[in-house]
Amino acid sequence: MPDKHLSTQFDSELTSVSSQVMEMGGLVESQIRQAIYALSQFNMEASEQVSANEARVNAMEIEIDHALSSIIARRQPTARDLRLLIAISKTTANLERVGDEAEKIARMVRSIIQSGAPRSLPSLELRVAADLASGLLNKALDAFARLDVNAAVAILKEDDLIDREFDGFVRKLVTYMMEDPRTISPSLDLLFLAKAIERIGDHSKNIAEFIIYVVKGEDVRHATMEKIESVVK
Amino acid sequence: MSALPTTAEKTKIAVKDLNFFYGKFHALKGINLEIPENKVTAFIGPSGCGKSTLLRVFNRMFELYPEQRAEGQVLLDGDNLLTSKEDVALLRAKVGMVFQKPTPFPMSIFDNIAFGVKLFEKLNATDMEERVEWALRKSALWTEVKDKLHQSGSSLSGGQQQRLCIARGIAIKPEVLLLDEPCSALDPISTAKVEELIVELKEDYTVVIVTHNMQQAARCSDYTAYMYLGDLMEFGSTEQMFFKPRRKETEDYITGRFG
Repeated sequence: MPDKHLSTQFDSELTSVSSQVMEMGGLVESQIRQAIYALSQFNMEASEQVSANEARVNAMEIEIDHALSSIIARRQPTARDLRLLIAISKTTANLERVGDEAEKIARMVRSIIQSGAPRSLPSLELRVAADLASGLLNKALDAFARLDVNAAVAILKEDDLIDREFDGFVRKLVTYMMEDPRTISPSLDLLFLAKAIERIGDHSKNIAEFIIYVVKGEDVRHATMEKIESVVK
Repeated sequence: MSALPTTAEKTKIAVKDLNFFYGKFHALKGINLEIPENKVTAFIGPSGCGKSTLLRVFNRMFELYPEQRAEGQVLLDGDNLLTSKEDVALLRAKVGMVFQKPTPFPMSIFDNIAFGVKLFEKLNATDMEERVEWALRKSALWTEVKDKLHQSGSSLSGGQQQRLCIARGIAIKPEVLLLDEPCSALDPISTAKVEELIVELKEDYTVVIVTHNMQQAARCSDYTAYMYLGDLMEFGSTEQMFFKPRRKETEDYITGRFG
């Protein structure tokens, strides 16, 4: 939080809730990394760990919302303080959804392992996309911590890349399934996995949009890239 | 500020290049502002910023003090009230004022309201009773005082006294109502009633309110002006001012970073 309020208590409340968001972000990031690791190694133990940590992510969302309600009730925040608190609430909702996606990946990994044919599938591309998506979330959280609008714009652009990866991957899966119908069942699992990864990219993009909302006071959801760039300039 | 802040509304009071002096002290510096008709406009800013001074120019209250002078133009419906030859009492009938502390006259509730009306209109007893009831109803005070209209105005609670002053102000049917910190001496319930009243009053009047309570400005005004050290720093819709002010100085003040 740059410059200070007359009330140092208000400052410390804002600082505290901001660091809670960063902590939740860190937890979610590690959930994704763990899920990707489970995917790349088809590792049962790692996938189970992701599912076990999911409850902590959910609890953090509730804790942060509680802290936000308390600040709003007692401080009646305005202008960029208000925008920050709204953005934090939306960001934690997105982080919780990313946590859900990580858990979904972990579950799918278990299902593929149990189906018995994990290695014959094109999971390499998936790992590349997964790294892209988790990297994007990392950048989004970093930009949020610094309220960096230029970094936010770069994230919006990068999400398009993940969306394109996803389309390419789906085409490839279709080819596999046509060539060998026995791969249909695990390929469908992979399709869901790919979708989960693509969603992580979308949530990162949402977080990036909230950064612009906090700093510039403009809601750039569903806006064109041209419009967003003119807002940020 | 170079550009004249304007709104899409019809202008009731236009302030042009207004400078104000307390003796040698330059209290308002080149103010340009348009107060829209049938809206509530709030002036906010730290103590000494000139917001009450500006309010007092609107009904020439400052003329009571010889060392105070205003330069520039304050146009009420297009007529410059600073140079107008109109009787100042007539101006104040058009531009009424309610002060920070409730100031009931030392007379009955009924007479508090009838007193001002008698100065400007000759009403028969029935019409006067109707007018008093109308003003008290408008001020959300009627049900509380209708059975004790002939008791002293100062027997009322602080919140009731302030609503009585508002009733007295509107009884002479002004066009503009100036409120200088009308709730600063009131409890939250009385404050809520006065705020309700302010929002209702704008249907018939143009309301200008000076307040130290920013949440009050946020709750009941349509437009907000932020003043600092005699300058008008920013003027805009209240929603814009409290959500996304244009100037950093405004944002620092309304978010409590001022100091």
